Amino acid sequence: MAGQITDEIIEYVGILAKLELSEEEKEQAKQDMEKMLDYIGQLNTLDTEGVEPMSHVFPIQNVFREDIVTNPDGSEEILSNAPAKKDRSFMVPKTVE
Amino acid sequence: MSKQYETVIGLEVHVELATKTKIFCSCSTEFGGLPNAHTCPVCTGMPGSLPVLNKKVVEYAVAVGLATNCTINQYCKFDRKNYFYPDNPQNYQISQLYLPICQNGSIEIETTLGKKKIGIHEIHMEEDAGKLIHDEWEDCSLVDFNRSGVPLIEIVSEPDMRSAEEVIAYLDKLRLIIQYLGASDCKLQEGSMRADINLSVREIGTEKYGTRTEMKNLNSFKAITRAIEGERARQIELIEEGKAVVQETRRWDDNKEYSYAMRSKEDAKDYRYFPEPDLAPIDISNEWIQQIKEKQPELRDEKRLRYQKEYDIPEYDINILTSSKKLADIFENTIALCQKPKEVSNWLMVETMRLLKEEEKDPEDISFSPINLSKLIKLIETGVINRTVAKEVFEVIFREDIDPETYVEENGLKTVNDEGMLYRVVEEIIKANPQSVNDYYSGKTKALGFLVGQTMKQMKGKVDPGKVNKILLELLGREE
Repeated sequence: MAGQITDEIIEYVGILAKLELSEEEKEQAKQDMEKMLDYIGQLNTLDTEGVEPMSHVFPIQNVFREDIVTNPDGSEEILSNAPAKKDRSFMVPKTVE
Repeated sequence: MSKQYETVIGLEVHVELATKTKIFCSCSTEFGGLPNAHTCPVCTGMPGSLPVLNKKVVEYAVAVGLATNCTINQYCKFDRKNYFYPDNPQNYQISQLYLPICQNGSIEIETTLGKKKIGIHEIHMEEDAGKLIHDEWEDCSLVDFNRSGVPLIEIVSEPDMRSAEEVIAYLDKLRLIIQYLGASDCKLQEGSMRADINLSVREIGTEKYGTRTEMKNLNSFKAITRAIEGERARQIELIEEGKAVVQETRRWDDNKEYSYAMRSKEDAKDYRYFPEPDLAPIDISNEWIQQIKEKQPELRDEKRLRYQKEYDIPEYDINILTSSKKLADIFENTIALCQKPKEVSNWLMVETMRLLKEEEKDPEDISFSPINLSKLIKLIETGVINRTVAKEVFEVIFREDIDPETYVEENGLKTVNDEGMLYRVVEEIIKANPQSVNDYYSGKTKALGFLVGQTMKQMKGKVDPGKVNKILLELLGREE
């Protein structure tokens, strides 16, 4: 089922994923995505009548913690990951006009 | 005749839950810490960190769902909502799309048009984002992740509201329910309750909804009312000009009283939701729901009915007293100490409300204790102080929560019961004010009030005005 992924779709998915793709990469991505859709197409031929959608790969549920503060001030460690910082905060390019 | 339009409004209300820790990690949710003090690898989206759900979040969400007549989805789970923004360190928000914890509820509101049911489409649990501060000097933004991972519930209504009045009534009702449950303090100004408004207009009589816009940044009831009126007018104007309303998110600027387009509204598919693999599904047993039900406190509507039965106070008072959980708590706790419902109600309805207004505070900010109000009421009852003095003492109780017994003692505020002395003072006042005495004799009864006032002033308010009145009449009669 080739031709499902148009140039516009690749462009749009790139925008959503914040990726800048070269023409070659776009072409490659297009082919990869076609393959994925084909595979999903194969899955769609299975009869899933009465099968609940799976929400987790492990048969576990109800993993909780109690509402008790145990974490100390983590700012030093966390900010050591910041490429740029100021006033105990992460510094990023301005987000508003 | 020009066309008649109807406004159709649905609300998305975000409420910050009153848990001590964040939704997926043991960092504090306390407000006002130093930037990034309440952070860890989980709430800053570090690779390899594992979120673990706070049980209390589920309990609060179920409690709100039960109080808003929702069906609880006993099997529910989280989903990933993918988007990029600097306040969202994971590049996704953990939320619920496919199986939200509560669905199909409703609450009843009351407006000038009467009672109306507003449907609740769903309530889901999710995490809050960090906070961005825009730095003017360095032309950059600063990110503080203290709020990142604070638990939220989002309450999505059906498009059942038709006016700003209904929207306000709905928000107020929700606020009261959630405050009574203790699930959040719901302060619009501080952002612990945030309302996004989905609004469209259509010609009256049409079935089909018009194209809607979503408005954000509404942090007071006044702003909400203005924004609804502004957006309705903007959409009608577009339609009348033959233009189309664009489905988009708009930001309300309350100073300019105008909303600005922020971005075209993404469809759910743009967020590429998928089941959250790091969190296990939740199975809410019947027993667990039952436990939450049993712990459910009395809500406002039940409280109103009980007050009507138990206390001899007007409906107007009941409505105000129950309009805040804090006020209702103080009311009941004070009555338990002094058994004087009407008296307690008066102090709360008149003096407390006046002082709150003066200081621009909410009933939630009240800090005096029931014991001190009950002591004050007893001091009046037993005639130790009169009402004028009591009002002054109450102001000190309101501001500093002092013990009125000690305060009255230390400041010599007890009512003077020395009759001989009172007679002497009244005689002096009569002598010093011959004009008023003449006025009184010539039929100007107001003059008597002036003389009572002068006597009270002389006695620094520490006498019973009724008694002064009596003595004045007696002495004036004697002089006749």
